[in-house]
Order: sequence, then structure tokens, then C-alpha cells
Amino acid sequence: MSASRLPAGGRIDRDQPIEFHWDNRKLKGFKGDTLASALMANGESILGRSFKYHRPRGIMSAGVEESGAIVTVGRGNRRDPNVKATTQEIFNGLQAKGQNAWPNVRTDLGSVNGLFSRFFSAGFYYKTFMGIPPMEWGKGTGIWMQYEKLIRKAAGMGVASREPDPDIYDHGHMFCDVLVVGSGPAGLAAAVAAAEGGLDVVLVEQDFEIGGDYLNQSSTEAERKRSSQISALKKLGARVMTRTTAFGLYDYGVAGLLERVTDHVAVPAVEIPRQRFLTLRTKHTILATGALERSVAFGNNDLPGIMTAAAANSYVNRFAVQAGQRIIVATNNDSAYSPALNLARTGADVTVLDSRTSLPDNILGLLDTKGVSHRAGTTALNAVGKKGIASLELASGDDGQWAAGDSLTCDLLLVSGGWSPVVNLLSHRGVKPVWDKDNLCFVAPIFDEPIQMAGSANAIWGTSDCEASGNAAGVAAVAAVKGTGMNNVTSAPGAGGWETPIAPLYEVRVDNKKTKCFIDPQHDVTADDVRLAHQEGFVSVEHLKRYTTLGMATDQGKMGNIIGLALMAEAMGREIPEVGTTTFRPPYTPISLGALTGRGKGAHFKPLRRTPMHDWNLAAGATMTDAGLWQRPWYFARQGETITEAYIRETITTRETVGLVDVTSLGKIAIQGPDATEFINSVYSNAFAKLPIGKARYGIMLRDDGIVMDDGTSWRLSETDYFMTTTTAHAAKVMVFLEELLQTRWPHLQVHVTSVSEQWAGSAVAGPKSRAVLEACVADPASVANEALPFMGVIETSLSNGVPCRIARISFSGEMAYEMYVPSDYSESMMDLLWSAAQSFDGCLYGTETLGALRIEKGHVTGVELDGRATIDDAGLGKMASDQKSYIGSALRSRPDLLRTDRPQLVGIFPKDKTEKFKAGSVLCSENKVEGHGDGWITAVTHSPTLGHWIGLGYINGGYDQWSGQTVVAADPVRTGNTNVEIVSPHMVDPSGERMRG
Amino acid sequence: MIRINCPYCGERDHSEFSYGGDGSITYPALDASAEEWLEAVFQRENIRGVQTETWHHVSGCRQWLLVERDTMTHEIHSVHAAHEGIAKVLEAGK
Repeated sequence: MSASRLPAGGRIDRDQPIEFHWDNRKLKGFKGDTLASALMANGESILGRSFKYHRPRGIMSAGVEESGAIVTVGRGNRRDPNVKATTQEIFNGLQAKGQNAWPNVRTDLGSVNGLFSRFFSAGFYYKTFMGIPPMEWGKGTGIWMQYEKLIRKAAGMGVASREPDPDIYDHGHMFCDVLVVGSGPAGLAAAVAAAEGGLDVVLVEQDFEIGGDYLNQSSTEAERKRSSQISALKKLGARVMTRTTAFGLYDYGVAGLLERVTDHVAVPAVEIPRQRFLTLRTKHTILATGALERSVAFGNNDLPGIMTAAAANSYVNRFAVQAGQRIIVATNNDSAYSPALNLARTGADVTVLDSRTSLPDNILGLLDTKGVSHRAGTTALNAVGKKGIASLELASGDDGQWAAGDSLTCDLLLVSGGWSPVVNLLSHRGVKPVWDKDNLCFVAPIFDEPIQMAGSANAIWGTSDCEASGNAAGVAAVAAVKGTGMNNVTSAPGAGGWETPIAPLYEVRVDNKKTKCFIDPQHDVTADDVRLAHQEGFVSVEHLKRYTTLGMATDQGKMGNIIGLALMAEAMGREIPEVGTTTFRPPYTPISLGALTGRGKGAHFKPLRRTPMHDWNLAAGATMTDAGLWQRPWYFARQGETITEAYIRETITTRETVGLVDVTSLGKIAIQGPDATEFINSVYSNAFAKLPIGKARYGIMLRDDGIVMDDGTSWRLSETDYFMTTTTAHAAKVMVFLEELLQTRWPHLQVHVTSVSEQWAGSAVAGPKSRAVLEACVADPASVANEALPFMGVIETSLSNGVPCRIARISFSGEMAYEMYVPSDYSESMMDLLWSAAQSFDGCLYGTETLGALRIEKGHVTGVELDGRATIDDAGLGKMASDQKSYIGSALRSRPDLLRTDRPQLVGIFPKDKTEKFKAGSVLCSENKVEGHGDGWITAVTHSPTLGHWIGLGYINGGYDQWSGQTVVAADPVRTGNTNVEIVSPHMVDPSGERMRG
Repeated sequence: MIRINCPYCGERDHSEFSYGGDGSITYPALDASAEEWLEAVFQRENIRGVQTETWHHVSGCRQWLLVERDTMTHEIHSVHAAHEGIAKVLEAGK
């Protein structure tokens, strides 16, 4: 291939030269060039090495279907592999490299693989490396896994950066009446017609210029039409987006768009995202997605210097690059004649081979006057050349019976094997395309979706027919969206438009000549591989695809699928429609993972919830920890303290004097209404019907299936008003369930539930001095005296600074303790008061670590114990459940299996040797059978300052009664090893509860 | 992406909602037998075609909805408030 830039013409901007780097060499191009056109203009022909055989590959197309010029763009943390050079715009400083080659694409030592290509046929790796005795005996796939690593290294595509992606990506949402995909003659006409009809139009174009095939035409008429349509759209207020791919169509008119915002910019502004992932909702869709030209399977059809006829046409007209000087065009249809004439006009020596035998005189006459030679009944048989095509061996004949002919020298071979309409997006909607035997392509069937196909996407070949088809689609969209104007809908031109019918031509081979014919060059799948797959019994196209990997490369079969299907049909002695086609799935072209992720990474991966006293906690010295979405104080270390020292000190201080802990993250629900009591009594498993006003009660709620859902307290504030707290983890779930019950099952109950978690901020005040602290903080100290506020009592009062508050005397720590809530905005003033009072009693602040230590000592359960598997009996709380009433879960709670006494039951755990520690997550096993799942597990452990050794909570089959006095092994084989433990009651400190009533 | 026409909020993406379950279930009284509850909680038809299901507009109006959806095509045939009284009020207001 001896390509060169033409002195004039094209759409490139010669006033804007651009310098870029290719394989570490500095090259020049112009604004408006793709990487492919610029490399071609610089005479570069080998741009990549193939997947398996490391064959040299060059430019095969001028668009998204590219299978040869697959390169790596960028470097360092911005290295992007497997980029199609045909779609990458060049910019100053662009860095691009060939891939899958060492030392470079021109001289690749890996090409030695090609010498052994007869061994690398379909399924080679599996057949060779999987299941060969003796290597695989009894080894499963272990050895295959080892080989696979080597194979992946040798075969493959580019290498992604291993560094974090430095770019930002945005997600966005759009709405419109009609989405038009593609801005060629059909798409522009459709968008204008729809916009003129008053619709809100979004037109998306994957290219960086609007115009589609207009851009490849050299006539001034085409350019006049293009620009007038663009200004019409602008005037009508349509949204026109370039560099935007509609990569998928989904239910309810939802389309996925990927907008490449800065991939063409040398130094993007930092605040601009690299790409935008847009979710568009539309009432109607027009697919003017065009058609892709196919190649033909003949010998060495992957050599650099062989491309589609339309590609060469695009390079010469749009990019002013003459792709070769001695050009052969091999075709089976009329479409290749226009490129042939264009290339002859710009000075090339052109010969057209047409596999068809008869052609109209007017075409032949035109070729004659332009000096283009022509051979009918002739086609390409075998390309010859080392690093690019140098000559072509011809075949002549008729009706698929080919005989080897003479040979022609050339530096460029253009192939047209027919056109495949881009029906991919329609296929995403589950619509199976049907075979059009006149135009030899899959087209849309009659389907029931608010979608229209327009232009060559519907196998309409002529430009003016495409315009008419687009216009008709636009008018029809207006009628569909507005529900009026059906009379205006004109019938669109039908498929076709060629003067002479296309003739089938998928593979060219002759007897006694072995050739290597690629049908999926990107994955090095050959015609022989398809026949081999058939010979080995693969009959479904879906299996053929997976066995040969046909159509599974980054182009997803855009160029090769039809040939593969045709060869499979031939091997099976069937017609193409009987073999069928594989299903196209999103995305149409690859999407970066960054775009899918958007901003949802790192700290933005999940929402962050902070309590209103977050800053107060930090100022007081808190180290924070994540508790679900919440950040909560973990511990308050003093100078030089470790976390262990801190929580032990906090635990001792709380048990001896007083401690304060932020409990704002607990779920809080206002339950109000005349039927609130009946409601709450039906939801909780324990009795609530007679809870007096001014009292709180601990409650356990079950799921319908009798398993524990959550626990918490409910405070009765008045006849009709309750304040429910839930665990931090299940706050949302409980709220949803209460809403479900009231709205779907018990609509007769007059109850409102309102989440007030955000409205109230709370602190627990725990320890023997807790009452003294409250007395110092509330407006009326008598209101919190033992008689006024007994155990489980509730008062609504105000703090000494006038802030209203509600207090319940409830205890999670096992100490005399209170939970105090104030409106969230006053949380810091509450903490200031409480902390000042607590300090006067040598109290402390504590976090979740001490919260855990205190509750484990007491055997109080949390989410790790109430894990969605435990029954109320398993958790040792069965006695609380009422047998005087029915409640959610009461019926199924009594299933025999849930009542078995050998179920895992909550127990306390002590180490045998009190100096030893053990870990949560350990498996509990009997001493003589340390294996498998054992008999239980440890849910939580802590050092107990009260007892002076490590303790734990856990579940063990049969519970305390079965295991008391025995040695049990806490097995932790992959971490710290095994520890001998004993099973005790879960109530390890103050089992009678005197301290909290105190 | 399914779009659900919430009777309170209008048409929204299904990502604003959370799926509840089979909307055709009539839950037994709390004091009904374990067998009746077993039937309601565990026995489910795996419907191919139109089924009634509950959805919760959890990131919207927080209302539970009864949605008739075709499990083959995702086509939604109707959306009503699950609470009968509210559904009546809404539909009377249309």
C-alpha cells in the first residue's frame, strides 16, 4: 500500500496541523483526521498484530467495525487499549501504539505462531491443555489454569493500565419525544421532519462530525444538503450530540448514551468529565444507524492493504488520503463502483473485478470513459505479499464454481461483499432480524415497538431514497407521539436500490489450493475453523460462536458474522435464514468501566451519613468508624492510648461512674393515630397492649416466617402517640415493613408512621452516676428522680437551657442508663451539658467498641446475632414472646423445625485458659471432632474488663444445656489457630440485672 | 429500565421503587393456622405472563402500589395505590 495525502480536498483543516506520536515516532496530521487517516497519510500500513497468529494487520475500514487497526492510546494511568484507530480523533500530543507485538508491530517475534497455525485451529487450547492424561488425572482444571496464564500472555489484545483511572466520568439523565440515532441522509431528514412536527428531538451521532455518509460524498450538493439540514435542526431547537453513541436500547424507551467529551482534547479542563453516561427516556426512536460493508473470505484477506471499498472512498473524499495507486476493487454489488470512480478521478489505476457476469451498459460505459478496467465473472482468490498486498491471484467462474485464474499486481485491494444494515439496537429490544434474500442481509421484520428503521439501516441504498425514508420516519414519529396526523404519513421507499441484483459471495476457494481465509480477523477465526466446528458437531450458531469465538472480539462480529453464518449454512446444506443469527446485545461499541461507574467510586461509592453531633464527637477526640452508611464514634483515645486501652478504660469508667455515647443512628419512627396501640401490639411479638403512657418497653418484631426481624424500644408518649426505636442497621427495613402492613394488609387501621430518625439526636447516658448527670442537665432535677423516672419510665421535659427533650430510662449497657433525645439542631448543646456534668463525675465518652464490650458482657443481642436465621428462641428471648395474642410471625414461629431444641442457641463463651483470646468468626467444634461446619460459631468477642479476660457470644447447637462443662474448640485454622473454650450463659455480667434497676 | 406510572408522582424509573412481592396474596388473619400462613408466605406461582405485584415507591412518595406487569415483556397494564381507600380517592379525582 502506498497511500498518500492529496494536495487538496477533503474535510480536514489544513490550517490546523497536528503533531502526534505513533510507536514513539512523531508524525503529522490535520484537524479532522482520525488516527487511521493520519497514519495512512504518513504511509504507515501495519498498525497491529493479530490475536493468535501475530499476523500483520492494517486498516480494514473507516469506522466502528474496524478489526485490523486496533491500537493502544495514551500512556501511564491513561492508557486505553483496543481503541479503533478509525474512530480515534487525533490531537496534539496524542500517544498511540500498536499492540500485541514485540518489539513492535513492524517486526513482531510472535509471528512465529503463524508457522504453526495449523495447530491453532478452533478449540486448540481446550483440546490441548484440558483433560490430557496423565497431566490432568484427578486434577480438575488445575493444570489448565496454569497454561491459561501463558496462553493469555501470548494471545490477546492490548494491556490496560493497572493504575487508578485519574479521569472523572459523569452520569446524566435526559428526556425527549424522539431519539434519532445516526446523522446521515436518513437521520438528518428524520430529525428535521420530527422537529418540524413540533417534537422535542435528540439526534445522536457517534462520529465527531454530523453527516454520516454525506461526509464521504464529494459532491457540493451533498454538503449543501448536510449544512442546510443542520441549520434547520438548530433553528428548530433540536438537541444534536456528536461523539455520542447510543449503545443500547432498553424497556420503556430508555436508551443508553455514551458521550465522549474529552477523548479528542489535548489538555482537557479539569472540571470537564472525560465521558458522560446518559440515560435517555424517549417516546419514540428512529434508528438511522446505517449499514456496514462486508468483506469476503478469500486467501490472506487480512493482509495490510485490503479494506472495504467504502473505507477507501471515505479516506479519499473525507480525509483526502489516496489509499493506494494500483487498486483492485472486488465486488458482488453495485455499491463499489462509486468508490472505484472516485479513486480513478484522483489519479489511481483502478481495476474492478465483479463476481457477477452481466452488468448494465451505462456502468460499463462510465468505467470506460474514466479509464477504469473491468472484469466480469472474476473475483479475488488469494492475496500475495509479506507485509502488505503486492499482487492478487484471481478466480473466475460463475455461480460459486470458481477456477484459479491469472494474477494482477496491486498495492490496494478494495472488497465489497455486500452490506449489513445495523440492526443491532433493534436486536437489543428482542426483535429478531429476518433475512432479505434480494439484498442478502438481515433486516428488521415487522415489529411492535415505538421504533422506526430509516435509510440504509433498513437496506435502502440510494442517498435520495434514504432521505425520503428518514422524512417518512420523522413524520410517522410525529403522528405516533401526538396521536394525530396519521394522514400525513407517506410510505417510505422500499429496501434495495441497486440496478443489478447483488450476487451471493461469501467465500472464494478452488480445489487443490489451501488458503487462509479470515472471517473474524480480530479473533483470527478462519473459514476452516467454521467448517471444523461443524465437523465436530456444533450446529447451533450460538455454539459456533462460542467454540470458534467468531464475533466475540471488540467489534462483536460487525464485519465477520454474516460470512460465518453463510459458511455454517453451506456446511450444513441449509439456507442462511434457517441457520439464523446470534443475538446482538448492548453495548453496540465498547464502554469504559469508568463511564459505567461514574462518580460512584471511593468515598462516593455509597452515601455517607453523619449524626448531627459528628463535629462535636470529632472535637471531643473521637476516632470514627463506619456502621453501615453511618459514621459513628469508635473510641475516644486519650494521649498515647491504643484502641484496646481506650475501650477498656471507657468500659470500666462507664461501669464505675458514667459514660456518654452518640446513639443518633438508631432508627426512630413516630407511630401515631387512634389505632396505634393495636398496630404496635400486632407488630411486636411481646405484649404492648397495656403499656402505660410514660413507659417504654423493649420489643422484638418477627418476620412473617417467624424469624426475628429487628429489636428496639417503643415509648408511649400519649394515648395515640408512640416513639419507636430500631437498630441502626434495620431502620429502613422496619419502616418499609410498617408502611407495607398499613397500606396493604391492614388498611382499616388509623395509624400514621413517620420516620423521625433525622429529627431527633440522641445520647445514651450509662453508669451508676447517670442519674446524677441528668439531674445536673434537666430543667427540673426532680423529674428524673428514681420515683419520677423509674426503670423503663419515659418523660418529656426540657434541658436546663430550655431545649425540649425526651428521656427514657432504658439500658443496653446493663448499667442504670437513659437515652435522651433532643431535636437534631440542639444535639451539640445537649452534649455540652451532658459532657460537662459527666466530667464532674470523672465520666467518659465512649464509642461503638465500648458499646460492644458492655453489651457482650450482658449478652444483649445485635444484628450479628439477629442475623436473619435466628428465631426468638434461638436468641434466648423466647420467654418474652406473648402467648396471649397473635402477632406478625406468631403462626410460623411455631413450625416444628423452628422449635427443635438442638437448633443453634445463643451462649456465652469463655476461654478455658483465661489468659487466651479468640476471634469472632471462629467455628465452634466439639473437642474430638474439629472439622467441617462444627456445631456453632462465634458472633462477637471482647475483652471483658469486668471479668478480666476475653469473652464472646455465639451460637451452638443445643445451647448451654448441652455443652456446659465440656471443652469446646473455637477453630480458627486460617487466622490465629484453635483455642479451647467453654460454653457459659450469655448473661456473663450481672445476670439478675440489679445494676440497671439500681 | 421499567418506567412505572406512580399514581401520586407520575411516571418514574423503576430504580426509584423497590419490588415487594406477589400482590395477589391475601394474608391470613394473625390468628390463622400455620398452614394458612405457610400457603401465604411460601407458596408462589412462577407466572409467565401478567402478574400482580407490589412495588414500594421508596425513593418517592413511600406509597405501596399494586402493579400488573407482564413478566415476559415488562409491559405494565395497570398501577394502583395498594391502599383501597386511597386508590378510590385518587381515581375519583381523575
